[in-house]
Amino acid sequence: MSAILSIHDLKKSYASGQVALKGVTLEIERGEIIALLGPNGAGKTTLISIVCGIVNASSGSVTVDGFDIQRDYRAARKLIGLVPQEVALEPFEKVWNTVRLSRGLFGKQRDDALLERILRRLSLWDKRDARINELSGGMKRRVLIAKALSHEPRVLFLDEPTAGVDVELRKDMWDIVAELRAEGVTIILTTHYIEEAEAIADRVGVIARGEILLVEEKAALMERMGRKHIVLQLAEAVEGVPPALAHHRLEPGADGHSLVYTYDARGPRTGLTQLLNDLAASGLRLKDVQTRQSSLEEIFVDLVREKAE
Amino acid sequence: MNITAIRAIYRYEMMRFFRTLLQSFLSPVISTSLYFVVFGAAIGSRIQEVEGVSYGAFIVPGLVMLSVITQSISNASFAIYFPKFIGTTYEILSAPVSFLEIVTGYVGAAATKALFIGLVILATSTLFVDISVAHPVAMIAFLLLTCLSFSLMGFIIGIWAKNFEQLQLVPLLIVTPLVFLGGSFYSVNMLPPVWQTIALFNPVLYLISGFRWAFFGLADVPVGMSLFAIAVFTGVCMGVIWWIFRTGWRLRV
Ligand SMILES: Nc1ncnc2c1ncn2[C@@H]1O[C@H](COP(=O)(O)OP(=O)(O)OP(=O)(O)O)[C@@H](O)[C@H]1O
Ligand SMILES: [Mg+2]
Repeated sequence: MSAILSIHDLKKSYASGQVALKGVTLEIERGEIIALLGPNGAGKTTLISIVCGIVNASSGSVTVDGFDIQRDYRAARKLIGLVPQEVALEPFEKVWNTVRLSRGLFGKQRDDALLERILRRLSLWDKRDARINELSGGMKRRVLIAKALSHEPRVLFLDEPTAGVDVELRKDMWDIVAELRAEGVTIILTTHYIEEAEAIADRVGVIARGEILLVEEKAALMERMGRKHIVLQLAEAVEGVPPALAHHRLEPGADGHSLVYTYDARGPRTGLTQLLNDLAASGLRLKDVQTRQSSLEEIFVDLVREKAE
Repeated sequence: MNITAIRAIYRYEMMRFFRTLLQSFLSPVISTSLYFVVFGAAIGSRIQEVEGVSYGAFIVPGLVMLSVITQSISNASFAIYFPKFIGTTYEILSAPVSFLEIVTGYVGAAATKALFIGLVILATSTLFVDISVAHPVAMIAFLLLTCLSFSLMGFIIGIWAKNFEQLQLVPLLIVTPLVFLGGSFYSVNMLPPVWQTIALFNPVLYLISGFRWAFFGLADVPVGMSLFAIAVFTGVCMGVIWWIFRTGWRLRV
């Protein structure tokens, strides 16, 4: 199967001298959902903006379904829909008009029935005659989605679609993504949340400091990211790991009053039961227990280190 | 050619205009009336005639030009500056449209609005003075070309401007003086010889002169020259816009 989106050695330095992309190469398969996971300033928005024609690349090439985004910009852009990270809408315009404009801009014939379906799906139908500045933040975000869907894109970019969105809308967004996927739409979304990538993506790409660190099937990556830490707060101070517990993967905590146990929450055996049994037998008294998941930052650091080795 | 996109932009822009139709209609009517009261009554009582035309009628072409030029610039510059300011240009930049289509949509709408205002002013003028149009086709042609070329210029200003001050700067500092010094309310022949020569470097003079010729058959400079000047001006603006979209200057980082 051929890739619907091919990005080759894409580089971008902004006029300010900021290097946002350091040679990104990425192939995205037709019909898949790929999540780009990365910290602030990783270059996610820059990458998307170049593909969509909003930012000029410094070098490298991009093709969408075989069309070069520069030479065949018309054919390439016709296929693409974009939901930007920042809400940008004309405040005094009506919802219906702005959605209709989007469809027209992409050269599609007027289709009120389709727009109605989209607005209904996004619970915006009642608001079709409302002005943008009368909408809540979450509704504005949905208007952006409606605009992007109005011209029936085959490739949809969602740049942090669930930032600042309540749980219900987030769920709804995931459902919409699933529906679009069933229609064969390829979806590229960016997020800071592992759970989000986990919930909807087929593949996950990790991007940091302008580089793709890895692209993996979701399952493989989740395993990597599944590491958890349990902090056992003890009533008395301990020096190092007590001998009775030495065979567990424990490390003494920084404060001298705790032990940290690291395990893989998705692994077949976590070793938790044995640890707790041994702990009880050792006579150490527990004051508190906290669990902590590897943060995205930690995972990035690990990945970067792995890459260097 | 993405005609649908041109239509979509044009329609969207015109809707903004229709929302404020009353305002758009009233303000030129009022300002024109004021001009007639002030210029017509105060100056007209001293200057009876200019080159055989009553002063009141003589200023009509200049008055129309003044409004059409300022309206074209402000409509077009605002139409593109505002999306830039609030960030909605992302959609235009990511749409499958060429620069020509974007410009046609925006500039077409801005020019239409300016044309409408021009016609309203012309109609209002007939309430105050008798005017006859010697060359109606030429009159309309000049009006259209002026709307078009200054809307193009406004579009460039809107893309160039980085803030609201800059958006006002060019019209205020350059265009308004040029229009006033371009013989809107007098014939350049009334100026001292030195100023007559200087006035010839003012592009707006050619427009107003040509436009006035269409009304009264008299001109400060030959009509062909007027047409040539406006054609060159339109061409230069188109060239600049073509370059802007090719490089993405001030639009695409
Ligand atoms: N217009 C611009 N001019 C200069 N530098 C920019 C511009 N836009 C982005 N950058 C810089 O490029 C880098 C990548 O930014 P980008 O917006 O692509 O990151 P991101 O991964 O989308 O981050 P976030 O998760 O915060 O949205 C950052 O260092 C940023 O400061
Ligand atoms: Mg971003």
